[in-house]
Amino acid sequence: MAAETANAPEENESILTAAPKQVVRPFVRVLEGIGSCLRLLFEAARHIPTLPRQFGRFIEQCYLIGYTTLPIVAILSFFIGSVLALQSGYAAANIGPKQFIGLLVGLSMARELGPVMAAVLLAGRVGSAIAAELASMKVYQEIDALETMNIPPARMLVLPRLAAVLAMMPVLTIMSDLVGWFGGAIVAKYTHFISIEPASYFATMRQYMDFSDVLNGLVKAEIFGFAVVLVCCNIGLNTRGGPREIGASVTRGVVTSLILILVLDYFVTKALM
Amino acid sequence: MNASATDSASARSGAAAVGVSVEELSKDFNGFPVLRGITLTVNPGEIFVLMGPSGSGKSVLLKHVVGLERPSAGRVLVDGHDASDPATRGRVRMALVFQAGALFNSMTVYDNLALYPREHRLGTESAIRDKVMRALQILSLENAAGKVPAELSGGMRKRVAIARALVMEPQLMLYDEPTSELDPVMSATISEVIATLREQYHVTSIVVSHDRDLALGIADRVGILMGGRLVSLGPPADLRAPTDPRVADFLNPVIDLRNPRFRQLAG
Repeated sequence: MAAETANAPEENESILTAAPKQVVRPFVRVLEGIGSCLRLLFEAARHIPTLPRQFGRFIEQCYLIGYTTLPIVAILSFFIGSVLALQSGYAAANIGPKQFIGLLVGLSMARELGPVMAAVLLAGRVGSAIAAELASMKVYQEIDALETMNIPPARMLVLPRLAAVLAMMPVLTIMSDLVGWFGGAIVAKYTHFISIEPASYFATMRQYMDFSDVLNGLVKAEIFGFAVVLVCCNIGLNTRGGPREIGASVTRGVVTSLILILVLDYFVTKALM
Repeated sequence: MNASATDSASARSGAAAVGVSVEELSKDFNGFPVLRGITLTVNPGEIFVLMGPSGSGKSVLLKHVVGLERPSAGRVLVDGHDASDPATRGRVRMALVFQAGALFNSMTVYDNLALYPREHRLGTESAIRDKVMRALQILSLENAAGKVPAELSGGMRKRVAIARALVMEPQLMLYDEPTSELDPVMSATISEVIATLREQYHVTSIVVSHDRDLALGIADRVGILMGGRLVSLGPPADLRAPTDPRVADFLNPVIDLRNPRFRQLAG
């Protein structure tokens, strides 16, 4: 009994100290993640002069990030543009100004949905592949082998990917915008309660939109794509353990990327307004 | 190999062998001590074999030498430079032959070997090709150049890992269990390769192994690590008549079906 009484304050103390730790730990992890990403970014930036002689790797990554992602971006954007036209047409049918459907689809795709969809698909398709590949290389000691050879992983594995995503995101975003606008135009023409001719649909788009709207989306896309690739590289390179941790790293990479895209979307949109 | 041949080989590799000095090295993982105050010296050009039971800290010690782990206490000096400083890998050419090979699975055997000279721009593509093919030839791997690691047997992977290290023309070569999972003939072949590379290139070699025959056959000195402590250090002849009962049991374990070890441990 005496022992129990003596232990009681210690238990209370541990509960009191453990609770704040549980609350603080996630924030510490987030800060550690940000620090780790920044360190990787600076390390990769230090090797920018080596980029010309890594041209082969850059092209390979452009192929993987750009060319192989293009079809899925096109398919999704087509239907997003179509649904936008359909929903806005449905709403406008009761009010009247159907001619603005072109503008609504155009602006939504260019300023918001084009870059966000391209980044989300990049996270799912490319980010997961990057996290899996680098995590596998880490677990099977290929990263250790590179370090013993005095070949920095940031130079060989991270820099070409970052350069490639900067080169490919504008392509993916413009493709997303164009296909989305086209999807909206088809739906606007062939849906009985909308029935707007493509000429009229694109005319309102041309009248009320300018290049700055598209540029706004391209800036966003560059930021999102860069963040996705950097985060997934960092998570892959910091994997520890066995095969199970490779899967966990892929999940963490994709989930973190998706959260990051939406958080950045708010702040970048606000900054660009 | 005579002295002049060794000298010429050393000159060909472009740099002299280096010594390693481990000073009071300790390492903890989450508070669990893995290495406890290890002190030893490996002389330039020496083949030093580090033996010990599984989990005794041999591979961790090797990772400290190559700078993949940072000490909790003490330090490791390679040619007088702190091994935990990344710049040391730029000053001293070190190669580690990993236990599982750690070959780049997305590359062919040829590209695995050519990666180091290409990345460090150590010659034209044809000079690199000559160097790679010579390394493959030394390890009888000429026919494997176009294969990817997944197509290789365990023994071939080990030899490719050694060949990849060889292309680096290292001053210090580290081997982590180079004969594990190999049949006796292949183990003997790998031991011969390690000894021959030292003869030809005058490289300092640290070999982590459980293989008693390898230690007796090629080592200049043998250290035995148990529970994170260096319990024995001396010439390989000492292995034939160890005085420490723990070392004797490790080197010459007796299979006793009447009183098996797992029951002794459980009791």
